[in-house]
Amino acid sequence: MSRTELVCRPSTPERLLFSEVRVLDPRSGLDELRDVLVDGGVIVELAAPGSLDGEGARTIVAADELVLTSAFFDPHVHLRSPGQEHKEDLESGTRAAAAGGYGGVIAMPNTEPVIDSAPLLRSLRDAAHRQAIVPVGFLPAITVGLQGDQLTEMVALREEGALGFTDDGRPVTSAGMLRKALQYQRTAGGVIALHEEDPTLSAGGSMHEGALASSLGVTGVPTISESTMVARDAELAAYEEGRVHFQHLSCVASVNAVANAKANGARVSCEATPHHLLLTDAAVATLDTRMKMNPPLAGEADRQALIEGLRSGTIDCIATDHAPHARDEKEVPFEQAPMGTTGLETAFAALNAGLVEPGHLRLELLLERLTDGAGLYGLPAPRIAAGESADLVLIDLGASWIAGEHGWASRSENCCFAGQRMLGRPLVTVSRGAVVHDLLREGVA
Amino acid sequence: MRHLISVDELDRAAIERIVRQATHFADISDREIKKVPALRGRMVLNLFYEASTRTRSSFELAAKRLSADVVNFAASGSSVEKGESLKDTVLTLSAHRPDAIVIRTPWAGAAALVSRWCDAAIVNAGDGKHEHPTQALLDVYTLVSRLGSLDGCSIWIVGDVAHSRVARSDIVAFQRMGAKVTLAGPPTLIPREIEAMGCAVRYDLDEIGDADVIYTLRMQHERMTEPWVPSLREYATRYQINESRLRSSQIVMHPGPVNRGVELSGEVVDSPQALIAEQVKAGVVVRMAVLYELLASSPTAASAPAQLGEVHV
Repeated sequence: MSRTELVCRPSTPERLLFSEVRVLDPRSGLDELRDVLVDGGVIVELAAPGSLDGEGARTIVAADELVLTSAFFDPHVHLRSPGQEHKEDLESGTRAAAAGGYGGVIAMPNTEPVIDSAPLLRSLRDAAHRQAIVPVGFLPAITVGLQGDQLTEMVALREEGALGFTDDGRPVTSAGMLRKALQYQRTAGGVIALHEEDPTLSAGGSMHEGALASSLGVTGVPTISESTMVARDAELAAYEEGRVHFQHLSCVASVNAVANAKANGARVSCEATPHHLLLTDAAVATLDTRMKMNPPLAGEADRQALIEGLRSGTIDCIATDHAPHARDEKEVPFEQAPMGTTGLETAFAALNAGLVEPGHLRLELLLERLTDGAGLYGLPAPRIAAGESADLVLIDLGASWIAGEHGWASRSENCCFAGQRMLGRPLVTVSRGAVVHDLLREGVA
Repeated sequence: MRHLISVDELDRAAIERIVRQATHFADISDREIKKVPALRGRMVLNLFYEASTRTRSSFELAAKRLSADVVNFAASGSSVEKGESLKDTVLTLSAHRPDAIVIRTPWAGAAALVSRWCDAAIVNAGDGKHEHPTQALLDVYTLVSRLGSLDGCSIWIVGDVAHSRVARSDIVAFQRMGAKVTLAGPPTLIPREIEAMGCAVRYDLDEIGDADVIYTLRMQHERMTEPWVPSLREYATRYQINESRLRSSQIVMHPGPVNRGVELSGEVVDSPQALIAEQVKAGVVVRMAVLYELLASSPTAASAPAQLGEVHV
């Protein structure tokens, strides 16, 4: 069904030769020097280094620490269009994605208005067809207006190209409501993605419940707010044999609940964000509003459980939950600030610096988890092979830089990693054979 | 000292210095002419986003006794109600070039934020449930005046710790002055892992006889969006400080306003063991000392007195 394809604005595929470049494709176990010829939107040829002449092609000769790998895929971003374009729009958000090495993203429906009907989804996809720099897929709402009391027209939305459904930003509080969505999923299809939070436990909270919140006098959100809902909904999914994806897991108990559900054969998957993998509530000590997100940054044991989950496969993929907010919206007291951090431009470099460099995670596994989101939504898993779509990123693994020092492609700058040391920089991003991000030509690298 | 945002920024020597200065101002306050010219020509702006009578008037009185000009800005009935942000309000008011801004808001960290947006010395008069440093200083002053020293003193803070900025500031200040702090209250009102602040936690008053000082907290209905205890009656039965629980050698304190018959019995409020009126009195002289410390020694002062340090009049 062509409608389910990701959409972006038309671009002209280039003829590109990556000459004598280290090609890293963890999915096929490839890690060797190759010449890679891209033309007409696809990878034409992978050949022995120095064997292709690249006639008529722009030739990129790789230096020592450059690696060519599959462009990343982010199944969880907020592009803020329609209605909140002062934070981000389809163009600025996908430009940020390209700058971070992403070749595809999935946008959330908590916009103004909420994407909860087929006409709205159609008009948004039309807009993406004009504005998006990298392909975008959409998850419309599970319930009308994210209100939690009436199912959206899931079948009509699927026919209009919905990859699945989510009320992200809010939980489906009512178990009965979610059960109906899971039942209806049998005819509608698509993945049901869940933001897990029990509002009776999280109400009024702005940060992780614990010693720091208690000493700061900021109401805490207990991790059980998330984990009890993960456990509940994993049971619902198992009972209805539904397909559920848990968004942005943040704590030990949630990881355990997903592991149990998987062991019992439930069709569940889950994601973790770079910020939950790299930061804890200690980062909130100064009440910096860039550190306010939902779910909140949790404890060190929680962070370690997420890293272990990535290694073991309990956590299926990395998602940024890229959540831009305008400067004046974040320049308020912590408890008043909106939740969310941007993440597309820093995801790889932050994780590479924080987890790969110190030896906590293998580079290959990081690259895999940064692309695994596509398969979870029924999209082809990216591969580097002749005939495959040319969705590639050329990364300078040795580049050490400070997040924010070059400015941001995103319209917003509320990044929790701003000012932190990053390691590795996406130099060139190729999407469907077109160059969508290019620091080589800009002369920045 | 540039601002007073948090008690945590004060070491024991700084607290003792403020207490000493407050003692000097207390001497002045007993005279017929209560005013000194220390801050003549300086402007103190009271910026209050929460209803407050006693704290605001205490600061106002303190500033006026030091001959400063005082401007009161209450958030209700102002541009704030028209949707102006905290930052814009502060920038607008800064155009008047206040020397100090005394700020109270319902949000943790707001005073620290404001200190980054303007040049004035910032005094935190309460930021959400976070801190209320001048209350802690006046509590220390009151106790030192009565006991001489807090070293080895056992202080129990009883009641709604969860919603109390006074408790958080007092826990830090009392410990810094050498006291041992125990928190007691219903488990629903004692925040998780608060022990990390160095205090003990009890859910009953069985051992309250060990306390030298009992610091009771107000049951803050205005901050509660849901019932935290089954009833005020059950709370009073279990946690009220009354004659049957109070030993004659113990001191009772309360930041006010008191809910008589809830956290304290009326008899205890009116007993000589209660230092509640002393605390209110201490509020003015301690806030004088804080404003003096912040403004009289500031290098940018246009009319700073030649003699820095403690004022002996």
